[in-house]
Amino acid sequence: MTASTGKPTGRAASRTYDEVAVGDELPELSIPLTRTMIVATAIASRDYQDVHHDPELAVERGSADIFMNILTSNGLVDRFVTRWAGPAAVVTAIRIRLGAPNYPGDTMVLTGSVTAKDDAGDRVEVSVRGVNALGPHVTGTVVVRLPKGENA
Amino acid sequence: MNEAYEDRLRAFVGREINPLRPGQDPVNQPMIRHWVEAMEDDNPIYLDEAAARATGRDGTVAPASMVQAWTMRGYAATAAPKGGGGFDDLVALLAEGGYTSVVATDSEFEFHRELVPGDHIGMREVVESISPEKVTGLGTGRFVTTLKTYHDQDGEIVAVQRWRTLRFRPKEKPAEKRNEKPEPRALRPRPALNRDNTFWFEAAREHRLVIQRCAACETLRHPPGPCCPECGSFEWDTVQASGRGHVYSFVVNHHPRHPAFDFPMIVAVVELAEGTRLITNLVGVTPEEVEIDMPVVLDWLDADPELSLPVFRPVAQEGH
Repeated sequence: MTASTGKPTGRAASRTYDEVAVGDELPELSIPLTRTMIVATAIASRDYQDVHHDPELAVERGSADIFMNILTSNGLVDRFVTRWAGPAAVVTAIRIRLGAPNYPGDTMVLTGSVTAKDDAGDRVEVSVRGVNALGPHVTGTVVVRLPKGENA
Repeated sequence: MNEAYEDRLRAFVGREINPLRPGQDPVNQPMIRHWVEAMEDDNPIYLDEAAARATGRDGTVAPASMVQAWTMRGYAATAAPKGGGGFDDLVALLAEGGYTSVVATDSEFEFHRELVPGDHIGMREVVESISPEKVTGLGTGRFVTTLKTYHDQDGEIVAVQRWRTLRFRPKEKPAEKRNEKPEPRALRPRPALNRDNTFWFEAAREHRLVIQRCAACETLRHPPGPCCPECGSFEWDTVQASGRGHVYSFVVNHHPRHPAFDFPMIVAVVELAEGTRLITNLVGVTPEEVEIDMPVVLDWLDADPELSLPVFRPVAQEGH
């Protein structure tokens, strides 16, 4: 495993296609999963399924507690990769599979690395994994199109 | 499941269960703001026109992952579904088979373009497959795979999403799950107590950090042992440590994850003012902030009623 590339992920700068290499690792992102956050993200994604805000009903439906909705898992994976790629990056694909639920009180740690580059479209594929105390919550890939070079 | 039921399920494959229908609201900045605030996403292209233009865009855009949110049916329709559509028919048929719970398992998005405020997105959903009954960790159920296509106001496809949910019969809930809320945390592993070290853990339960001392030559030693490594004497007593020390060395533990601990966890060797060293955890400090030789002071972790352990925090945060 190579270390993450030296360039800081300051908001001003965007990563360019040319400076990214297969094997580059993204800076780890640790996300505390509070009850409020799980409810707030469900509502912000307009998901009013009771399992995302009502603990009693969530238990009745076979869950240990309320759990994060998949739209939020998508949103957090999006945030994790674009935070590394910079504001010029355009997300062209997000493919995820969910495993262990994100329950309140847990922490999800996102890690990722560059797994492929496509010169034709200046696209970079990043594999992503978000793990909580129960195991992997989310695994998948994100594809971003990056600016070509110098003046990004 | 009988054959007739299987046939009724099969009849849904290939069927449109959500006709193309525009979302309740066009893409708009207030909803984008709610989304990025809740996601804590500080990418400026979503709210800051100038920052978005600086990246070559015409103005702010919506987060790619948000496309699904624009076509969610909203609170009223979730709370009181009107019924009658293909989607509700499928949900009802699955409920008839006992599959009353749902959890999303896969989402595969391809985004054809970024969405901007003013776009009005509609979604069309077609069933691709319904799996045979499967036994899963959540219960017995069926995976329903659909293809959602997202169209803009001009009918152009802006995104495609393969979408899989598990519709399942919840397992009978274990009685204890309901009564204990929140779920108790896993206990820390018990120390391996023996005749030579029990005194140390018993003192810790009383919030006393003690150091074993040779009764013959007064050499301090840790970890506890039966015999003085200096003079060989088996006679010993203890002194109470001042609780001051410094970080001699440390590691940051990410994996494997034991459910009793918070990660990342700092495991440190702290050298006490008295000269002995012990393995402990650092608290009140992030892995990035820890430095070798950092002065630290004793604190106590009451892990559970049977276990208290010394931990250390940076001196600057004493009394915090």
